[in-house]
Amino acid sequence: MEKFIKHEGLVVPLDASNVDTDQIIPKQFLQKTERVGFGKHLFHDWRYLDASGNESDPEFILNAPQYQGASILLTRENFGCGSSREHAPWALEEYGFKVIIAPSFADIFYGNCINIGLLPIKLTENEINELFADTDQSQLNLTIDLANNKITGNNKSYTFTLDKFHKYCLEEGIDSVGWTLNKLDTIKAFEEKMPRWQ
Amino acid sequence: MATTLYEKLWQQHLVEEKAGETPLLYVDRHLIHEVTSPQAFANLKFHNRPVRHPERTIATMDHNISTRSIEIDAAGEGAANQLRTLEKNCKEFGIELFGMGHKNQGIVHVMGPELGLTLPGTIIVCGDSHTATHGAFGALAFGIGTSEVEHVFATQTLRQTKAKTMKIEVNGSVGEGISAKDIILAIIGKTGSAGATGYVVEYCGSAIEALTMEERMTVCNMSIEFGAKAGLIAPDQTTFDYLEGKEYAPKGDIWQQAVNDWSALKTDEGAQFDTVLTLKAEDIKAQITWGTTPGQVTAVNGVVPSPEDFTDPVEKDSCTAALAYMDLKAGTKITDISINKVFIGSCTNSRIEDLRAAASTVKRFTANGEKVSATVDAIVVPGSYRVKEQAEAEGLSQIFIDAGFEWRLPGCSMCLGMNDDVLEEGDRCASTSNRNFEGRQGRGSRTHLVSPELAAASAIAGHFVDLNA
Repeated sequence: MEKFIKHEGLVVPLDASNVDTDQIIPKQFLQKTERVGFGKHLFHDWRYLDASGNESDPEFILNAPQYQGASILLTRENFGCGSSREHAPWALEEYGFKVIIAPSFADIFYGNCINIGLLPIKLTENEINELFADTDQSQLNLTIDLANNKITGNNKSYTFTLDKFHKYCLEEGIDSVGWTLNKLDTIKAFEEKMPRWQ
Repeated sequence: MATTLYEKLWQQHLVEEKAGETPLLYVDRHLIHEVTSPQAFANLKFHNRPVRHPERTIATMDHNISTRSIEIDAAGEGAANQLRTLEKNCKEFGIELFGMGHKNQGIVHVMGPELGLTLPGTIIVCGDSHTATHGAFGALAFGIGTSEVEHVFATQTLRQTKAKTMKIEVNGSVGEGISAKDIILAIIGKTGSAGATGYVVEYCGSAIEALTMEERMTVCNMSIEFGAKAGLIAPDQTTFDYLEGKEYAPKGDIWQQAVNDWSALKTDEGAQFDTVLTLKAEDIKAQITWGTTPGQVTAVNGVVPSPEDFTDPVEKDSCTAALAYMDLKAGTKITDISINKVFIGSCTNSRIEDLRAAASTVKRFTANGEKVSATVDAIVVPGSYRVKEQAEAEGLSQIFIDAGFEWRLPGCSMCLGMNDDVLEEGDRCASTSNRNFEGRQGRGSRTHLVSPELAAASAIAGHFVDLNA
């Protein structure tokens, strides 16, 4: 996993709540055995007017010319609800997103993001409203400083909280499987004490 | 100190808790399928790592498969590739696979419980959000992503942050014709689609205790639909009676020890929950979703709501957007809404009791020779081969076929439409599945979540029906 230290990027505002993982990456694109090839299908049913994905919908925010190259997704509550498909964060990452900012995330989606190094940031409703208002005025660029849990841009700054270990894994780009494999002795000791039916 | 069932399960599986690290939990049972496992296997191979306990992992084919043929190629090229990849990976890593045509094949959350692979007091994970189903047995069961699937393969553990706890107590007895699906939809209607995000929910109260195991599974299955990490029901005699003698359940003196241990798995008197929600079973009516999240639900004898009915601005906007997508007008009587598709199946409602309930409703509504409405296509998809065989032995399949339903082979089918069981643009479907998201069952299609009874009756009538009218 790539290390996450600091990121500066353009914000695209997706003003929708309860965005589910079926919207982020519809089921017809889950038939892959590799981890790549999902970015072009991100938000497929909203992004394209036709089922085969040839005709972009000019009304959809990600297609607007001023948001091309955006790497920070600003959105509303309960982002990533529904299916546990990790293909959803894979698609967001492959499209070019490094950070997602929302008032709340669905639990499984949140964990999946952390596990692939895509940073999910929770801010309060008021802060989110303020950021949406800022994107209304002009293009908004933000700097995310993970070491200091700080977001800056447009002469404002916000702080966010992140689980200590999650932060460590992101900053160091930890291979979490390798990390746990170093603890095999502890796991084996646990197994020896388990009841027979377990 | 008085503790909750969740706390007990947590403590019993805590391998390591160290300052500055997310706690490490032991995973007893890992269920896998073709869609969310290939990239995990590929990463294992890349790092040259083995599956630590192949005997704790069980694989089945369900998400992608055809419901018309047991041939792998019948599912299309992409699906066939995933299915063959699963076969290869299971062989290479020594994992038991219930593939096409196997007597144990079925939807992962139907297959696990019916074989006794799902046990109380265990942690069960699967790369599928409806893993919460297994919580019906007093197992801590939750859906995981593919990186976590890989972590479980390699270590038989997972890192988890502790959830908050929510008690949902349903007291009293439900009215005539009210199903477990109505109970859980009514709960989601109260909490909203994200009401339990960050929580593990324990369902309790006399109305929950009175449920059969299959009904409990329907309730726990939809825990994720209001954001819960997992849903739990304390194991009791109903649980033990269901499991005793099942193929993979413990036998002999190990069974005795297990029942002994499992009997202690309940929330202590006086234990504190972070949130408590209480419902009166008598108040629960037959439910139906009208919108594009499971929380957008109402009673079948009601009307389509208006954005003005909501004070919260987010809910108001969501209602407006949902009515537009669903092509519904506020104030329309639910029973005036016509449908053209019916799907009876999914890990929520495809077990034998669901099919019995649906078949008995079909019988009631076809007593004078009626058939599935000429304007409706209706399919019934059993949850597993075992369910299919049982339904055929009991004559249920014939009831469906005689009335004009299609009787299919087991799989996830139209719940998510990864195979060719998809709705067309503009279709309106009465579905016994769990998600009514935009496009879930097919681009531009409209889903109404209902119980098997309501789906069956609506197929005959061609519109929604108030079974208690």
